[in-house]
Amino acid sequence: MYSEKVLDHFKNPRNQGVIDNADAIGQEGNPVCGDIMKIYLKIKDDKIDDIKFETLGCAAAISVSSALTEMVKGKTLDEAEKMTKDDVVEYLGGLPAVKVHCSMLGVDALHAAIMSYKEKVAANS
Amino acid sequence: MSRIYFDHSATTPVDKQVLKAMTPYFGEQFGNASSIHSFGQAAARAVDKARRQVAAVLNCQPEEIIFTSGATEANNLAIKGLIKGLALKGVNQPHIITTAVEHDAVIEPCQELEREKLARVTYLPVKANGMIEIEALEKAITDETALVSVMYVNSEVGVIEPVKEIGKIIKKINERRVADWEKKRVAERGPKPQLIYFHSDTTQAINFLDCDMQSLHLDMLSLSAHKIYGPKGVGALAVRKDTPLVALLRGGHHEKNLRSSTLNVPGIVGLGEAIELAKNDREANNQKIKEARDYLVERITKEIPEIVCNTDIANSSPAHAHFSFLGAEGESILLALDMDAGIAVSTGSACASNTLKASRVLTAMGIKQEDTHGAVRFTLGKANTKADVDKLMEHLPGIVKKFRDMAPEY
Repeated sequence: MYSEKVLDHFKNPRNQGVIDNADAIGQEGNPVCGDIMKIYLKIKDDKIDDIKFETLGCAAAISVSSALTEMVKGKTLDEAEKMTKDDVVEYLGGLPAVKVHCSMLGVDALHAAIMSYKEKVAANS
Repeated sequence: MSRIYFDHSATTPVDKQVLKAMTPYFGEQFGNASSIHSFGQAAARAVDKARRQVAAVLNCQPEEIIFTSGATEANNLAIKGLIKGLALKGVNQPHIITTAVEHDAVIEPCQELEREKLARVTYLPVKANGMIEIEALEKAITDETALVSVMYVNSEVGVIEPVKEIGKIIKKINERRVADWEKKRVAERGPKPQLIYFHSDTTQAINFLDCDMQSLHLDMLSLSAHKIYGPKGVGALAVRKDTPLVALLRGGHHEKNLRSSTLNVPGIVGLGEAIELAKNDREANNQKIKEARDYLVERITKEIPEIVCNTDIANSSPAHAHFSFLGAEGESILLALDMDAGIAVSTGSACASNTLKASRVLTAMGIKQEDTHGAVRFTLGKANTKADVDKLMEHLPGIVKKFRDMAPEY
């Protein structure tokens, strides 16, 4: 079943919530598949100054979202972009095989948020 | 933390009286029931007693009981054993009718027979409450139909299938087929008409409903001990005599050569005791369980918004209450209840299954895919009280709210 670290993040999710004036938002998944992950970013000097998540899904989905925010907070956008699903799985001490797709969804939501920020910056410059 | 168990459809604790009856057969009465010496004979007598106990509850003959490792094996034996038995009599690719909401232990043997081209199978659809329509069953019956298998109580949502009505219809059709055949002149008769055998998986029904094979017009009935406060690893298939069944397991000539394997004497003793107890206490247990279940349904319905009750309370076992908590996910609710409150439930959420597929039963009932994710099943047992429900309700509304608050709007 789930590792202790997964259960810890599930029970006490880090950085859960909304950033009202977020600089970028990324969302992946849909209600039919059952998992939706939404990532809010506040960015300062190309670094992730603040990050929050909202997630609908199973314990793995919630833990992945929580762990992900903890991992990238304070990182530069380039560093955060390099993050892979394997990094999250490793950070959580493993995930059951059928749940690995949850980690992909989280990473995709983060990447979507960063990409939308970079596009916004490019359009304004 | 004192724990509360609301997952009796998964399994039940062994009743103290059952355990007491079983205990000697692990130690001092350890004999092999096939042995002729006194050790063996003591074991054989215990098995005979259990056989009579099971037969008495099912209203069949003791020699019509085949002990198995559980209901899964009993279902496999009933379905594959019958179709193989018919094949030996020259019946080529007979037709099976079952339902879309059966347990996998019925569905998968049927699928195996289809793959091997040993049978054709019709999976009857169900109404929104999970019940099949008698008319649809009648329409599906053809001259080639040799087996109808319909569960008595659905394990997920608890709906009671109209087994007795189905049994009556099948009996009538069989009688008509034989009468029509007998009316013909001997020279014109041809082979005897195909009779329809009727099987029911009553695993989830024994606790709550009368499972009299005569009044239900059943030819075969499967059951399991661990769902009725008996031990795991033992069950039975009751088979009316003259049903052309062949064995799936060979090599020991046990159970009239229909199920080889050294008899699980303590398990069988436990099954006998458990089924007798289940019948004797049925009315009292039903009343108590129903009271707690109805209270649970009432409180959830009143106190938690955005829910759907998937159990048709008027047509279900007294133990089931199956809900969809919209906008929250079932596995998360299950784990939070377990971790925060020591309360055990089950979920039909795809996320909790190894295949990540939504429950076949919920899908067959027409429940929208997005609403299956928040599915949580409560199945009560004879030890549950209203106080257990009160304890649940101290935690459940907050847990559901927590996950709803965590979810993004969509």
